[in-house]
This record gives sequence, structure tokens and C-alpha cells, in this order.
Amino acid sequence: MVRETHRYFKFDWITIILFLLLVGFGWLNILSASHTGETIDYLNFNEPYGKQLMFVFLTFGLIIIILSIDAKFYERFSSIIYIISMLSLVGLFIFGKNVNGATSWYDFGGMTLQPSEFAKAATALAVAKYISDLNTDINKFRDQIQCFVLILIPAILVLLQNDAGSTIVYAAFFFVLYREGLPKIYLTIAAIVIILSLLSLKFGAIITSITAGIIIFINHFFTKKRPQLIQPILILIGCIVLSAGVKFFYQSVLQPHQQDRISLWLRLEKDPVKLEKMKKTFAYNLNESEKAIGSGGVTGKGFLEGTRTTGKFVPEQHTDYIFSTVGEEWGFVGSAGVVIIFVLLLIRILHLAELQKSQFSRMYGYAVAAIIFMHFMINIGMVMGLIPTIGIPLPLFSYGGSGLWGFTILLFIFIKLDSNRINQW
Amino acid sequence: MRKILLFLSIIIVGFIFIIRLFYLQVYQSQEHNLFEDNAIRKVYDYPKRGFVYDRNGELLVANQPSYDVMFIPREVKSLDTLEFCSLLNINKDQFIEIYNKAYRYSPWLPSVFIPHLSKEDYAVLQEKMRKFEGFYIQKRSLRLYQTNIGANVLGDLGEVNNAIIEKVPYYKMGDLIGKQGVEASYEDILRGVKGIKFIQKDRFNRDIGPYKNGIYDTLPQPGNDITITIDAKLQEYGELLMRNKRGGIIAIEPSTGEILAMISAPSYNPNLLVGRNRSKNYSKMHYDTISKPLYDRGLLAQYPPGSPFKVLNALVGLQEKVVTTNDRFSCRMGYYLGSRRLTGCHSHSSPLSMNDGIAQSCNSYFANVYRRIIDKYNDPAEGMNVWSNHVKSFGLGNYLGYDLKIGSKGRIPDGAFYDKWYGKGRWVSTYNISNAIGQGEVEATPIQLANMVAAIGNRGYFYTPHIIKHIEGESIDKNYTTAKHTTIDKENFEPVVHGMFDVYNKGTAAALRVPEIEICGKTGTAENFIKINGVKTQLTDHSIFVAFAPKDNPKIAIAVFVENGYWGSRFAGKIASLMIEKYIKGYITRTDLEDWILTHSLEDEYEKPYSGHAFGINKETTLQVIPLDESLRSKKEPDLKQ
Repeated sequence: MVRETHRYFKFDWITIILFLLLVGFGWLNILSASHTGETIDYLNFNEPYGKQLMFVFLTFGLIIIILSIDAKFYERFSSIIYIISMLSLVGLFIFGKNVNGATSWYDFGGMTLQPSEFAKAATALAVAKYISDLNTDINKFRDQIQCFVLILIPAILVLLQNDAGSTIVYAAFFFVLYREGLPKIYLTIAAIVIILSLLSLKFGAIITSITAGIIIFINHFFTKKRPQLIQPILILIGCIVLSAGVKFFYQSVLQPHQQDRISLWLRLEKDPVKLEKMKKTFAYNLNESEKAIGSGGVTGKGFLEGTRTTGKFVPEQHTDYIFSTVGEEWGFVGSAGVVIIFVLLLIRILHLAELQKSQFSRMYGYAVAAIIFMHFMINIGMVMGLIPTIGIPLPLFSYGGSGLWGFTILLFIFIKLDSNRINQW
Repeated sequence: MRKILLFLSIIIVGFIFIIRLFYLQVYQSQEHNLFEDNAIRKVYDYPKRGFVYDRNGELLVANQPSYDVMFIPREVKSLDTLEFCSLLNINKDQFIEIYNKAYRYSPWLPSVFIPHLSKEDYAVLQEKMRKFEGFYIQKRSLRLYQTNIGANVLGDLGEVNNAIIEKVPYYKMGDLIGKQGVEASYEDILRGVKGIKFIQKDRFNRDIGPYKNGIYDTLPQPGNDITITIDAKLQEYGELLMRNKRGGIIAIEPSTGEILAMISAPSYNPNLLVGRNRSKNYSKMHYDTISKPLYDRGLLAQYPPGSPFKVLNALVGLQEKVVTTNDRFSCRMGYYLGSRRLTGCHSHSSPLSMNDGIAQSCNSYFANVYRRIIDKYNDPAEGMNVWSNHVKSFGLGNYLGYDLKIGSKGRIPDGAFYDKWYGKGRWVSTYNISNAIGQGEVEATPIQLANMVAAIGNRGYFYTPHIIKHIEGESIDKNYTTAKHTTIDKENFEPVVHGMFDVYNKGTAAALRVPEIEICGKTGTAENFIKINGVKTQLTDHSIFVAFAPKDNPKIAIAVFVENGYWGSRFAGKIASLMIEKYIKGYITRTDLEDWILTHSLEDEYEKPYSGHAFGINKETTLQVIPLDESLRSKKEPDLKQ
């Protein structure tokens, strides 16, 4: 690594360049997805592309502020930042503005802010601070619970605001805790729960339970140091309860539109007439977005040339579905390029995190990578029809000031922490 | 493991995404095609369809504008329904029905509200159209027939079906295409090339503006006019003569192969298949399975050719040198093999030479000639093949290759045909002696017979009959300007032509002579059968006549079939003589023949088999007389204005 002598340039420029590439390319696609006429007025703040351009400029101010603050500040004041952030989420229940069914916005006379976008960074700071505390031992059950509470508070608050997508993002912290020594049993249980849930939904609780039972007992009888028979029986009972529970949860707890999304994803609906109806109603977005991506071909139709983008065939294209614009106008080359840039950014952050000397910085870096990864995986996976529809933005790419600033803060605090490592000693 | 879980997840997810992108964009994706992109509205600009003129330059088919009231259900705002309905002459229930039907089809896409408005309704409506939001008027072009004749020749336009759209991508849903007649044959020339505008839409199907400022848009190219070989006056006269009868007339100019008239009776007014009532009228005619007005008898109907076919046997006999013009054959009211009568005949003097054999249409004479042809060779199959090849060289037994889309092959049997039927070597010439007189296994369409007569008139060659005379800016197919030679030598034609001339002088058509015109003809009377409730029933014979005139350098060759008209000169001969006079002179002197044809109908004859009662045929029939409509009679003197 080339080390600059002047301290202001000792930031990790690779991360910053990847960040700039995503933000810049993202804005071009927002322009494509939202422009309406022949002329483009860049300062027209009534159009998303004009507003976003302003957000991007303000972002640079934000970056300068973040990088000027002393690195120690973030560690020292992480608890206070967390508390303020949580209060801002609670405040939504009183002052919040409802947009598209979610009460996630503060309205400051036309300017709206979404505090949940900032809460991720605050939670990452708090979790890193808590785990890196000398008194915390992640292998102790009590500390594990306290740590989960830190994560669950924002997760439940955003769920209550009807923003289920953002809740799922908090699962990212699993990666952080696991890296820092969370017992393996959690990973095993998580994997089993996910697999059993999917199998019960797809094939039904009974078949899943029987299959699980066969596997458990085969495993039991071929194990050399055989534990008591009660153990596999308990595991099986757990599996049966889980399978039945998932089915019950799917049928009785989930709202119809959520059921439909999962049903479409797992191809549970066999009736072609209903399937066709699905494509015209709630699956319309997905259907159109897949068509737009597919129509791009290898090299795409060209910047501002996408017929489906220009025709606004994909609703919400400049926000959650921005990746379909990339697919249509820039083709396989452009969209695979975006995927690669994201992967490079994530790997770069992970690499830097592993280089950190303080546990706080390392954990925070891990959280940054994990949060961005969750967004990346869920958003692009959804736009391409690989996972059920979950409405969260593509980091640094989708339209929205709060989102852009939230991710900028998240990322640049880490860049600041990292530069501090370089500058120390 | 703890360090690389997230790292691995990132790599795996990135990898899966790229595979999925590859699947969507490279593997599954097609080249971006503007026509298949439903984000682009394609607006077609239809060119003027080419006009159709007759051989004398008379305009037969032109275009007329037609106005459809269109609407987009979602864009319809509240309106004065009462006023709107009264403008369109519909009631409110109809309005709601049309609206709901279109809404169910698609709220966003344009649907037709009322098709084919009259010009008057359009004029009134146009003024008030702005009051009715969501409605607009779309101009289309329909055919305008300047005549009431020649429906089978001119053909009609109909909407393309899916099979055509799949085969020829030029056509899109709702386009019109020639369905019959010259409209179908010369579709590519008449239709021109439509222009296209690409318009960018949004997801609500609303137009945003021209796609890429219209760089891909094209202008329409108008269709070319064509001139057809039909003589409209002759065609009209033929249709008049065929009223109340069924059958076909084909008239050909022997020196060129141009089809002068092509009549199928019963006929219909071509204007019935235009505009608002097209489908109603079409269905009505389509389901008339008894008189079959849509069935072109001139091209499709295979009849046994009857006696006209005898002249071919005379020609083959001369060519094969099995008979001379002087050979005489006796006739005892039929042809006998031992004591068994194979064919009957009518009373005439006996024995007869070739000239009288033709003139008197003696069955016995031709049975003898036919046997000599077939028996010339040791193997009857070989003789049959020789005979068959000669006959086929006149264009019989296979599609003629004219420029209309429909036709029948007819049937001329050969050796293999009877080998298959009876077994190889298990038959002799007497088994199929009926072929001698144009019955038996021989079948031909009227146009094949007309072409055969043209080849006789030309003494040995013909041009493939065709309907196209001239194409604007193009020449016609060389196939139609190249002579096709028969296998019969030129000198063998003279005695036969003279025999046909004597048919008029002293033979079976002596009563049909036309002053100042030397006509060569041949009568024909063909037995025919149909199945009524599964029982094979004989009906009154078909009346057949073929002729060409004048004797030397003929200007017209004609074949007339009148179904169940009994003997040849009774109906067909009279009609052929009148047609010839009409074409050559331009006026009619044999008004006695014309009056007879106009006052005699065969409708009763056609109804008999379906009446459910027992009925008699041929001699047992009586003719139905209908009153004469004076206005239909031709003028006795030439029209000086012409």
C-alpha cells in the first residue's frame, strides 16, 4: 500500500473511488429512469434526478465533516449516538409522515428524512462498542442476550413502522457477531431454520418432518460416540414444531400480499390463470423489471435509450428497481460491472476491517460490509426475481437523500477509523 | 471459518447474480426488435391500394374512405350519452354493451366502437367529436366496386388470419388482404407497402412522442394499378345470360390466352363483401351449400366433358394414324360389342366419316376410333399412356397454371390408373370405352375445356390462360407469353376444325348459327349423378358447349357448362353463340336466342332433388318459363355512340 505523507490523504482511496463510481453511475441511471422530456434541466428540483444531484453535492459536505471529526469521537460517543437514533425512531410514532403505508419519514416542510437509514450506522457503532468492551464476553449467554437487545430495538421499531424490509437488514449483524466468536450453534440453528422453513413451505410440514426424522436417525445410528436416544428425539420434535409453525405463520400471520410474494417465489401457485393474474397485479413490478433487464441483451440499448425505462414500464424504477435501468440500458456488461464493483467494495471493506488493530474498528468495518451486503443481496436478488419482493434500496445507487447519506455516513466513519489506524504511531 | 463466512457469502452471491444476469440478458434474450417491443407503439399508414381496370380501360375497382369510431375505454369521460347515441343511431343499451365488451378486452387499448360510418354520419359526427373525450375517428380505406359484376374475378378483401401473420410478418392484426380473385393473385402489387411510425409509450399505454425523433419511420408506398384481361361488357352479358341457371362460362382469346370472361353462376354483387355487412353476407353465402355462390364453377367444378371431348379423340386418332378422315363407321343406335350395346346413340344417317361423326356427334364413331387408338399397342396400358399424353398436352388432367389462386386438376386416366383399378393386364379398351365420348373417368373444368378449344382454334398450341393484362411499371410473367405446343401435328387439325364448323352448318348446332360469323363448335350432353341421402341418383344431363370463332384466326374460344340443362344446344349452345356474337360484333342479332335464354329458368330443376318427391329427368322434365324483362334485352342494332 502506498502511504501518503500528508495525513489528509491517508484515506483508503480504493474504497473512495469505488464509492464515487457507484454514486456517479447510480445518478446517471436515476436520470435515465426519471427524465421525462427531451431537455434535461439539471437544477430542476421537482424531478428526482435534479433532487438527487443536490443530494450528491450535499454528500460531499457530509463526507468532509465526517472525516474532520476525530476518530475517537465515534467510539466514545457511540452510546449517545445510538440513543439519539433510537429516540428519532420512536419519535416517528408521534411526528412521522406516512408514505406508501410506512410511517418512516419526518417532514421538514417539503424536505423528508428517514431516520431508519441512519439507525443502521448508529446500531453498528453501538454493537461494536458493546462487544469491544473489555467486560463483554460474547460466549456468555447474558452478554449474547444484551447484544441481541441492542440489535432488536431498532429492528422492532422499524417493523412497527411497517418497514419490514429494513428489519431484515438487521440480520446482517449475525455476520459481525459470528466473526467475533458467537458460538457455532447459532449458525447451525440459523441454517436449519432457513432450510426447514423453505422445505415446509414448498413441500408441506409432513413431508419435511419425515425427511428430517430420517436424516436425524441415520445420523444418530452412524455416529460412533452415540449420545442418548432422547437427544435426536428432542431435535426431531423441534423440527416438527418448526415445520408446523412455519406453515401456520405463513397461513395465519403473514398478510395476503406477503403470502403472494412467497408463493410466487417458491412457485407454489400451479393454476396458470391465477399465475397470469399475479403477473398483472402484485408481480407486475417484478415481471416488468425482469423484462427490462432481459431486453438489454449483452451491451444494452444505450444511455437514455431504454424503451421500457423511457416508457416508465417499471414502477418505482428510480428507487428500489434502479438496477433494471442498468440492465436495460447498459446490458450484461454494465449490470455485471455494477455487481463486480459492489463485490470489490465489500471485499475491500472486509480486507480493511481485518487489518484493524482495535476490535471496535474491526467490528464496525464488519458491520458496514454486512449491512451493505444485505442490501445488495436483497435488492438485486429481488429485481432479478431470485428472492421474494422486499422493498429496500440499492445502497449508494437508488434515489433518496436519506439512503445516500445514511450509507455515506456508515461508510465514511469506517474510512475515518481506518485512516486513524494508518496514522497511529 | 469465522473470518471467511461473510467473504464467501459475498463471492457466492456476486457469482449467482452474474449467472442470473447472463441467463436473463444473454441466454434468454433476443436481439432488440422494435416490432416486438411493446413499449413502442407501431402506427401504420396504409397506402392507396392499386385500382383494377378491364381490358378496355374501364375502371372496375377503386377505393373509398371509411370511418371507424374508435375509443379507449379508460379515457372516456362522462358524456351526453343520449346525444352520442342518437348521432350513431344506437340505443343506450348497445352503448353500454359495446363499452363493457371493449373494457373487458383492454381498458388501455383502442377498440372499434362503430365500424364503417357512412360519409353523412361522419360529417355530422366530426363536428361534435371534441365533446366526447376518449373517442376518435380513424380513417381506413375500403374497396369501392364500380360495377356489380365479376365478383369471382375481382375477389374481395378480408382481415388477415393468424396463419398468414405467422408466415408473412408484413401483415399485422387487422390488416386487409386479398382473399379471392385478382385481389388475392396480385396482392403484392395492389397493396403497396404501408408506412410505419414508431411511438414511445409509457406503461399506461399513453403516447409520449415519436421514438428517437422518428428516424426509423417510413412513408407508405402506394400500390400499383393493374389491367385485367376481362372484357367487362362480355362478363356482364354472360352473367345476365346465366341468371336462374348454374354453371360456368370461360371465354379466352386464343391468340394470347387472355381470359375475356369468367362467369360462375349463381353469382353475387361484389359490393356485398365490403364494409359493415361483409361478415354477415359472407356467412350467408358460405353456408348456402346447395347453390354455392362462392364456389367458382368456371375454375373449380369438374364435370365429365361429354361430347366436346370427342374432337380430341379424333385428333389423337389422326396423329396415331389409326384412322383417316375417310374411314366410315356404322352406327346402329349405339356401339355394340357382339350383341352387347356398350354405348347408345341418337338417330342419324349411317355409316359416317370423321366430318359427320363430329357434326352428328356419333357415339359409335368415336368408340371405334378410341378402340383403335388403345388397341394399336399390344398392351392396352401402353396404348392408354400414349392416348393420355396426347390429351394432357392440351392442358387437361392437371392444373393449368393460370394466375388465379383456385383450380382443380380434372382427371385424365392413364395405363397405371386402370392397372390399379382392374389389376395389371386384366383389362382391355372396352372396359373404359366411355372415355371415347367424354364420360367415364374423364373429367375437366370449364377453363380447361375453353383452353382446349383455344388450342384447336390455334391448330396446335395455346398460351396459358391468364387474367393479368398489364401491371403499372412491371411486365407480366413470361409464362403467359410463351406458346405451349400440343403433341398433335398442325395438318391433323384441319379436318377436325371443319367437322366442328359443320356442327353449325348441318350438325347438332345448326339452329344456332350467327349471321356473318363462322363459328366452330361442339355440343355436349353429360350424364351426372349426385348422392341424395346416400343414394346415388341420376339427374338431368349437363348441357355443354364449346366453340371458337371465327374459324380462321379465332378471336374467342369459349366453354359453357349449364348444370342439368339437358342437351348441349338447348342452353349452353345458345349462350355460347350469343357470347360470341356479343364479343365479335358488339351487338346481338339473334335476339330470338336471347329471349329464349332470358325467359327460361332452371331453378325448378335444381329444387327437384331436394323436394323429397320422386322426380323425372331428361325427357320427363318440363322447362320453367319466366316472364321477359324487356329492359334486359340487347339492342338489335349496334350502339352508334360506341
